[in-house]
Amino acid sequence: MNAVAPAAQSAPTPPILSLKNIEVIYDHVILVLKGVSLDVAEGGIVALLGANGAGKSTTLKAISNLLHSERGEVTKGAINFKGERVDGQTPNSMVRRGCVHVMEGRHCFGHLTVEDNLMTGAYTRRDGGAAIRQDLEMIYGYFPRLKERRQSLAGYISGGEQQMTAIGRALMSRPRMMLLDEPSMGLAPQLVEQIFEITKRINEEQGVSVLLAEQNTNMALKYANYGYILETGRVVLDGEAKALRENADVAEFYLGVGGGERESFRDVKHYKRRKRWLA
Amino acid sequence: MVVFGQFLEVLIGGLLAGVLYSLVALGFVLIFKASGVFNFAQGAMVLVAGLALVRSLDFMVARGVPTWAAIVLGLLFAATVMAITAALVQRLVLGPLVNQDGLSLFMATIGITFILEGAGQMIFGSDVYPLSLFPTDAWFMFENAFPGGILVNKLDVWGGLIAGALVAGLAVFFQRTKTGRALRAVADDHAAAESVGIPITWIWFVVWLVAGLVALVAATVWGTKLGVQFSITFLALKALPVLIIGGFTSVPGAIVGGLIVGAGEKLAEAFLGQHIGGGIEYWFAYVLALAVLLVRPQGLFGERLIERI
Repeated sequence: MNAVAPAAQSAPTPPILSLKNIEVIYDHVILVLKGVSLDVAEGGIVALLGANGAGKSTTLKAISNLLHSERGEVTKGAINFKGERVDGQTPNSMVRRGCVHVMEGRHCFGHLTVEDNLMTGAYTRRDGGAAIRQDLEMIYGYFPRLKERRQSLAGYISGGEQQMTAIGRALMSRPRMMLLDEPSMGLAPQLVEQIFEITKRINEEQGVSVLLAEQNTNMALKYANYGYILETGRVVLDGEAKALRENADVAEFYLGVGGGERESFRDVKHYKRRKRWLA
Repeated sequence: MVVFGQFLEVLIGGLLAGVLYSLVALGFVLIFKASGVFNFAQGAMVLVAGLALVRSLDFMVARGVPTWAAIVLGLLFAATVMAITAALVQRLVLGPLVNQDGLSLFMATIGITFILEGAGQMIFGSDVYPLSLFPTDAWFMFENAFPGGILVNKLDVWGGLIAGALVAGLAVFFQRTKTGRALRAVADDHAAAESVGIPITWIWFVVWLVAGLVALVAATVWGTKLGVQFSITFLALKALPVLIIGGFTSVPGAIVGGLIVGAGEKLAEAFLGQHIGGGIEYWFAYVLALAVLLVRPQGLFGERLIERI
């Protein structure tokens, strides 16, 4: 036996985020997620794909627990973050643990300046003004456009700049994990590319893991390492991003390549039958 | 010259009385901005703050506590009562009603009004309690320019000074502190504020506490003017036209609206009243508010709606 073998055999590092069969119900009656399980590896970018209403945003809100203020609730399953059970934590506690949510539609504070928007992201920090100033400069480094517009009201800047503000604001909390919801929404393709590039750089340079919910399947799979495909509240397919890109069904349903009678995974029996929580 | 002197006197008196409307309206604006709740209970909060202050003062003075110490302790006690009120409102009313329709929240605050009125009077008594924190005698100014000079009530001047200091303090709090920035963020977008880790229940508590402290300030001045009594609750009704005129979401709007209503109703009473039969003071503000609603529904300083297309 040589020394290399045990290391090669040792278990892979545990995922930073892991969802086990979670079920989400809104207003006590509306069942939205029907048992979703997924893992995000430390330092990875994982794409969560699917059509409108598939449950992508709900999954992210279940993790950050923004669900609570929308009268939604995780009723089954478990969410683990950095090895700790976190379902039912407040959003404030999740941010302090290092998991921050960048909401769909950007949601900048329109009547605050860009810089004030960024500074609100540092609300949970206790490590002093100097460290916060330093991070502000780091964010201006990633997004030079924001530095030019630091004194503008966030309501008046362009959609791309708002998306940058939203991501920068989230980074100000020094997260280990970022839940990024539809960063491409309503942006020009060139700008989408730019945002994804920067997200990738942040992921590599700051070691922030990313769970990315996207409708833009093509773009998301280009930058992600791994992908999950959701349909009506269930994971119907998952795999390495490369494998998903080459998967004929994914190409047909989500990339509009090829064509036929079938319009979704629901029409394919073996996907429907697959029970992920038994796997 | 006599008419002009009279005009000035009425105007100054009206403006200073308007400051008090501003103080009550300010409490409304703070809560409305931060939580979207139209807080009908603001008048009742002034009543409770006043009762807590005046009763604890009487209690301590009767037991021989020196006046200055009694005033400090009384203010602290009343502030504590307002903090407890804020915590209970947040826990028992706003918390369970999170993300409900604005009208439901408004109705809940009507309920809070009744509870505060009832509890306040049950605990502290329901008589008229005189409060004398400020001098109430009159002051004559410009006696050289106008025959007899202009009469200004010292209490009104104190009220103006205190309101000015309060507004300046609030401005610093909102613009310069971390909590103030978080409050503005919550006012803009609750969900986004939550998403970056701002603890929204804590922020709502802070807002109700600040509104409670504003109510306490209003109570010290109103209480000195009229005695602390049940009718203070109806201040809430006078704050309504102030808000419509100034705009529901604007702190400067509340101040300017209060001044306009205060000056407007006194001037109307003094100069129009004799022609159309008097008693104008009681309804003038509402007519003014109606006119503003027709011309500028968001109020003079209402929110610039930032909308990108």
